[in-house]
Amino acid sequence: MRSVKVAKDLVAASATPMVLGILAEDASYGYAILRRINELSGGELDWTEGLLYPLLHRLERLGYVESSWQSVTGERRRKYYRITEKGLAELAEQRRQWDTVVDALKEIWLGLGDRGPLTAIPLEGGA
Amino acid sequence: MTAREDQDELEAQFAQWRQYVQRRRELLPSDADELEDHLRGSVDELVAAGLSPDEAFLVAVKRMGSLDELSREFAREHSERLWKQLVLTGETGSPVADTRSRRDLWAMVICAAGAVASVKAPALFGLSFEDDSSFYARNFTLFALPWLAAFLAWRRQARRPLIGILVALFALGAVAANAYPLADKSQSVVVTSIHLPIALWLVVGLAYVADDWRSPRRRMDFIRFTGEWFIYFVLMALGGGVLSAFLFNTFKAIGIVPEGFISHWLLPCGATAAVVVAGWLVEAKQSVVENIAPVLTRLFTPLFTAALLAFLVAVVWTSHGIDVEREALILFDLLLVVVLGLLLYSLSARDPLAPPGLFDKLQLALVVSALAIDVLVLLEIAGRITDEYGSTPNRAAALGENVILLVNLAWSAWLLLTFIRRRTPFAALERWQTGYLPVYAAWAWIVVLVFPPLFSYA
Repeated sequence: MRSVKVAKDLVAASATPMVLGILAEDASYGYAILRRINELSGGELDWTEGLLYPLLHRLERLGYVESSWQSVTGERRRKYYRITEKGLAELAEQRRQWDTVVDALKEIWLGLGDRGPLTAIPLEGGA
Repeated sequence: MTAREDQDELEAQFAQWRQYVQRRRELLPSDADELEDHLRGSVDELVAAGLSPDEAFLVAVKRMGSLDELSREFAREHSERLWKQLVLTGETGSPVADTRSRRDLWAMVICAAGAVASVKAPALFGLSFEDDSSFYARNFTLFALPWLAAFLAWRRQARRPLIGILVALFALGAVAANAYPLADKSQSVVVTSIHLPIALWLVVGLAYVADDWRSPRRRMDFIRFTGEWFIYFVLMALGGGVLSAFLFNTFKAIGIVPEGFISHWLLPCGATAAVVVAGWLVEAKQSVVENIAPVLTRLFTPLFTAALLAFLVAVVWTSHGIDVEREALILFDLLLVVVLGLLLYSLSARDPLAPPGLFDKLQLALVVSALAIDVLVLLEIAGRITDEYGSTPNRAAALGENVILLVNLAWSAWLLLTFIRRRTPFAALERWQTGYLPVYAAWAWIVVLVFPPLFSYA
């Protein structure tokens, strides 16, 4: 399978709903969130720490998530993030917006598929 | 055993990495904790996948990307961290520093309260600002500066002999201001009111350099302190002016005129308290904020040089002698003080090891043109001082100051010249300026103590 390089803008735009969505499953911490994103995208979404941590801090500032420090082993501390009510509402809102975008795109892809020359774009997996 | 060694080495690498992270102003210690946890998670996983701890660490750090990139991303979210904020009490992360700054704050509050109490105390004995303005003019620095000195001495844990000397000098100042039978309108009152603050400020300097008063470095610190203190004081005065204006006009709007409150309470109490508060601010912000006095000198040195050169050219061009009015000498004294200030505060911020540059030449031009102007003024005055008005306390003090400043600047110009020609190190200039401080003190004390009897209290 050819590897897909997702454009930086798209990564940035989808970052907030993705992090909120993961935190909606359960409270988590930075490294685990990054692992989860990697897993969900089959390793195609390459997030940097420089993207994730400032984003988490911004979401915390906006009140979408709250954080708490927990000690792991020895002196190591881990910062856990938990989604708030406000965060859940924001997630629902973002989800509506993304659904709209994705639905519209799907319509377009399907329409193009009927026409012929661009059928090279497979909708799902292999042809 | 090797596993143990590996672990130790890994810990050492983490410690080193943490140091790098903590040097970034954009990254707080809590961010470092968070990122370290991330890095450890990454390392653990790589080790589980079969890498040695060493390799795992390298790969994990590499994956995290450059710290430059990372701090740039953090700065976008936390732009306020690029601005250093004044932390009034603590929250620096270390409990020792926190208690210290809290104790400083309390000491400052006590000293400021003391200063306020001393400025209002004479009123209990029936001395009012209107009727005894000459008393307040002579003594105003005696209300505030001892408290500032007390704060500094407390902060530096000055030893008993030094505290004794400080007390003795302030007592001497009080005697000089009040013991002589000076008429309210006499010149000597004015001369004393100008020189006593200078003498007492240098006593504050003694408290400032309490731990090592011989060291030129410490004296230079006091010069820096003076510049910053002055700027904070002026800023507070501006704020106080705005406060008074609002207070006056808002109360006036409802028919109450708070003039008495402002002139009898707000102004004197605020000014004396501000003396102590400004000192505390400089001490608290020393390492937090960039010194502003050197910034101002950088801006104004070229402008003053241009103005003085233009003046010299105009004098030569018009061949018009300098018209020396009664107060002209004072004006040119002030000019020399400003030039000396510009010189001092650029010195205070200069890296002593840097080679001479364009700015040093500019300073030489500034000092030389100031000297040239002053020589013209002195020539003009030399003819007159003997015949027209004779010698008065005013005139003698102004002339003495002029000579002192002239000597200082002339030798500074010489040292600057040899420094630019790389004959002497920069330190010579610094040592000359710091070594000259006692001369100002001695002169100020002479004027305050010897002049009134010398001129038969004129």
